Amino acid sequence: MSAISTPIAQTAAAWKLPYRSKVGMACLIIAESAIFTIFVVAYLYYAGKSMTGPTPREVLATPIFYTICLLSSSLTIHFAARFLERGGRGAFLGFWFLTIALGGLFLFGTAQEWHRLIYEHGLTISTNLFGTTYYSLVGLHAFHVTVGLILLSIVFLFGLAGRVGSDQSARVEVLSMYWHFVDAVWVVVFTVVYILGR
Amino acid sequence: MSSDAIAIRAAEVGGRPWVEALHDWITTVDHKRLGILYILFALLFLVIGGLEAIVIRIQLMRPHNDFVSPQVFNRMFTMHGTTMIFFVIMPFMFGFANYLVPLMIGARDMAFPRLNAFSFWLTAFGGFLLYFSFLGGSGLYGAGSAPDVGWWAYAPLTSRAFSPGHSADYWTIAVLVSGFGSIGTATNIIATILSMRCPGMTLGRMPLMGWMTLVMSGLVLISISPLSAAQIMLLVDRYLGGHFFDTQAGGSATLWMHFFWIFGHPEVYILVIPAFAFASEIIPVFSRKPIFGYPVMVAATVCIGFISMSVWAHHMFTIGMDSAANTFFVLTTMAIAVPTGIKIFNWLGTMWGGKLQFKTPMLFCVAFLFQFLIAGLTGVMLGTAPFNWQLSGSYFVIAHFHYVIVGAILFCMFGAIYYWYPKITGRMLNETLGKLHFWLFVIGFHLTFDAMHIPGVLGMPRRIYTFEPGRGWDSWNFIISIGAFIQGVATLLFLANLVVSYFKGPRAGNDPWDAWTLEWSVSSPPPAYNFAAIPTVESRRPLWDRKHPEDPDSRYE
Repeated sequence: MSAISTPIAQTAAAWKLPYRSKVGMACLIIAESAIFTIFVVAYLYYAGKSMTGPTPREVLATPIFYTICLLSSSLTIHFAARFLERGGRGAFLGFWFLTIALGGLFLFGTAQEWHRLIYEHGLTISTNLFGTTYYSLVGLHAFHVTVGLILLSIVFLFGLAGRVGSDQSARVEVLSMYWHFVDAVWVVVFTVVYILGR
Repeated sequence: MSSDAIAIRAAEVGGRPWVEALHDWITTVDHKRLGILYILFALLFLVIGGLEAIVIRIQLMRPHNDFVSPQVFNRMFTMHGTTMIFFVIMPFMFGFANYLVPLMIGARDMAFPRLNAFSFWLTAFGGFLLYFSFLGGSGLYGAGSAPDVGWWAYAPLTSRAFSPGHSADYWTIAVLVSGFGSIGTATNIIATILSMRCPGMTLGRMPLMGWMTLVMSGLVLISISPLSAAQIMLLVDRYLGGHFFDTQAGGSATLWMHFFWIFGHPEVYILVIPAFAFASEIIPVFSRKPIFGYPVMVAATVCIGFISMSVWAHHMFTIGMDSAANTFFVLTTMAIAVPTGIKIFNWLGTMWGGKLQFKTPMLFCVAFLFQFLIAGLTGVMLGTAPFNWQLSGSYFVIAHFHYVIVGAILFCMFGAIYYWYPKITGRMLNETLGKLHFWLFVIGFHLTFDAMHIPGVLGMPRRIYTFEPGRGWDSWNFIISIGAFIQGVATLLFLANLVVSYFKGPRAGNDPWDAWTLEWSVSSPPPAYNFAAIPTVESRRPLWDRKHPEDPDSRYE
């Protein structure tokens, strides 16, 4: 047994490959980016081509506050992961909760905007091309935020139960990659919908 | 060591009720079992898709035939295309990647075994959903019907007005679901290759199969996703009243074409690159020489991966793009012939001066080289916009892409089965039946697809359910159909060989071909854990090094 394992142990020190979950998440992010790219292309291609109103210029209000919420949640999750790596479990849980709260606030903002668009302006997904492309692009992003929040909450519950320590730090890092991606997508969606598309 | 493990496993399986064995297969997360499930799934659908092709060919055997109605004919070519692309070739390639990649890179399983099982069952579910449309396609409208929108499902044919009932929905959801499965498996393969290689297995020493599967998986991530996005849009249109592809509300049918072919062209390379991988493993072994130009092969594969993403609109020359777009897509299409040509020369260079052994796997690969070259040449013809304006949508195009898909890809798939069947089952396939299968299939293939170019040039459009006599198409179509029947018979012979050899074939032993990659270092079939001790690798041909310690490859690399 030892005769077999000795040469492996020797080479294993020099033989280091990337963490597989990180590679897996990177692949998911590449695939998701391609999906979002197609929706963004459709949005830009159809911008200004609606045959009836309402138009983006008439009804859209720039959600600056909620955007700040989402973008700053990238910072808080980064700090949470750093604290966990160093073993600061309390600080980790605090920042992790803050991330969930900021993400939840962002979703609330989206819900509020959709409520206003539907009930005040009568814009639904079937009203015109703007409605179709707007709800599907923003909705696809909101769906990803929702999935992220569910995953974050699961980790938070495990954290409360005392199951998340510094040995889980690499896994938490993978989830944090996903959350950064969701934020980065919002930068693109925000630019396309609220700046270029108007 | 490994033979002990086999004895124990055989005794275990023999003594257990079949329900338990079935349960083991259904709940398995082992990459080898999932690989076999993928391959069996693909073979099942190969038979179904083949039967649909036979129905098409019977209908077109003579003018004014009424074997099936126009409606059924439309369903047949739609289902044939969708089945062959999404539920035959892709699962087959994923099956072999699943089975072989961990063994070849010295790993005990894939990076994410449960994701692997999940992805397989998604694909399987997609396939069964597609075929359930025969029962449920028209829902409450009465008798069921399968989708009849063609495998590329151009808008606005898929809108509610032109595709009432649910047949188009079954198509969309089946393709979407299996697409998610493909993305999952591709992720898994990439993570396995990047993170699970055994010590010493640097990327530069990885078998070409590993490299090509890596590139293919990368293409899956980037090109299946746009298809999934387009399918989501189509579902929004059909279920939520959206207007993405609704031309009445300003939507664009052209946008669907772009989205579909942004997927559709890289898809060709997703299918053919694993075929290249099989050829790159089989040709060296039966030429008794290491692969010629390994780094150039890798570079050419990566290069094909990149270029393949910029050629999609050569499927759309006839929709009237401006001359700048036409020129761009003509040039990129021509450019892709360069790395592909490099590969052909490398395979020829491998065979040049080798001690060639024409066993069945090698025969299929040699035919592949020849046929893939011709397929590439008609591809260059069709890639020229003016020529394409003349022949797009004709049987010339059908002949061209079947030359790729059957002449290149299916031939390599057969070669791969003859080559790795001994590893997977522990038994050799019958060589006489194999040779008979090969020659029958070659004859059938050339009768069908060589002849098919001619009615195309004579103006026979694709997707017509019948034709007038006296246009010069009659005897050609008859020959095409005869060839199709011969291919059908050859395939039946092949399936019979698979079954008979499983019970009666001679024992294969660990390494029946005297090959050089790691999968041949373990028993056939390999034990559940693959390697008792994780191997250490020092060259591109680890098994050669082990067999020839006096003259290892590592000395020269």
